[in-house]
Amino acid sequence: MTRLKVNGVEEEIAVATVADLLAERGIDPKARFLAVALNGAVVRRAEWPATALAAGDTIEIVRPLQGG
Amino acid sequence: MTDQLSIAGTPLKSRLFVGTARYPNQQVMLDALEASGCELVTVSIRRISLEGYSGSLVDLLGGYRLLPNTAGCVTARDAILTAELAREALETNWVKLELIGDRELLYPDVEQLVHAADELVRKGFVVLPYCNEDPVACQKLADIGCAAVMPLGSLIGSGRGIANPAAIELICSRSPVPVVLDAGIGTASDAAQAMELGCDAVLVDTAIAKSHDPVRMAAAMRAGVEAGRLARLAGRIPKQHFAEPSSPQLGLVGS
Repeated sequence: MTRLKVNGVEEEIAVATVADLLAERGIDPKARFLAVALNGAVVRRAEWPATALAAGDTIEIVRPLQGG
Repeated sequence: MTDQLSIAGTPLKSRLFVGTARYPNQQVMLDALEASGCELVTVSIRRISLEGYSGSLVDLLGGYRLLPNTAGCVTARDAILTAELAREALETNWVKLELIGDRELLYPDVEQLVHAADELVRKGFVVLPYCNEDPVACQKLADIGCAAVMPLGSLIGSGRGIANPAAIELICSRSPVPVVLDAGIGTASDAAQAMELGCDAVLVDTAIAKSHDPVRMAAAMRAGVEAGRLARLAGRIPKQHFAEPSSPQLGLVGS
């Protein structure tokens, strides 16, 4: 189990990579219009499976929403 | 005779940009966007709800050019990261840069804004900054390479129109980049006024979305922007402090 902060919420999750985290959240890895940042840096889609997560990491998972 | 708007070398078919927020429902939003004749629409970038990811606003907006915003960001760091996430999610390097200095007024923090804009321009973004109606701030933003400047007319969502027309006119007369009046438009005459003052485009969200009939208001905004632009190009008469009769002076009955 790894202690991560995902979208502002701290939790213990059993995931090793960014791809694992998205799968754990029920996010289709082929879903479009998604973006992920790890510790303040964007992780490109192609790198999701290879990007390892460590204790204390901060992840943002975002998508477009209505806005002015 | 073509009068096409161009930003960062990209031609745009409409001088009315429209936001996607605050509509009664998605269908009304889509109908309003269509009635507006717009090409550029804004979206925000937000965390997914952790229950999962489903559906997509973007799927509905296929025919439009999307302009992601950094709405709500208060630090340059957050705005820059939001812009980078937007670029990744939407495959566009265009960004409406919004950096707020006051959560109640939603006024731009010019110091942070200029810093963030500078960094984003260096990172290859096409930056359209929401800024205050200050000719100096607008010049700084243009100097560092922003593709346009977007001064506010009045507070976001306030519907108070253009609070400082003289400032907007000054900005338009001096700006080396297109000027997009962004924030505070309340009705079609405000949009027309912006264009008559010399703005190249206007961005409207609340005035359409929260009107009683958003689809009709979107059509009104379209007409207002077109009317204002035509009037600007036509070259208005000067304002005078004396009367000047329009009918001939000679041959008056009874004279």
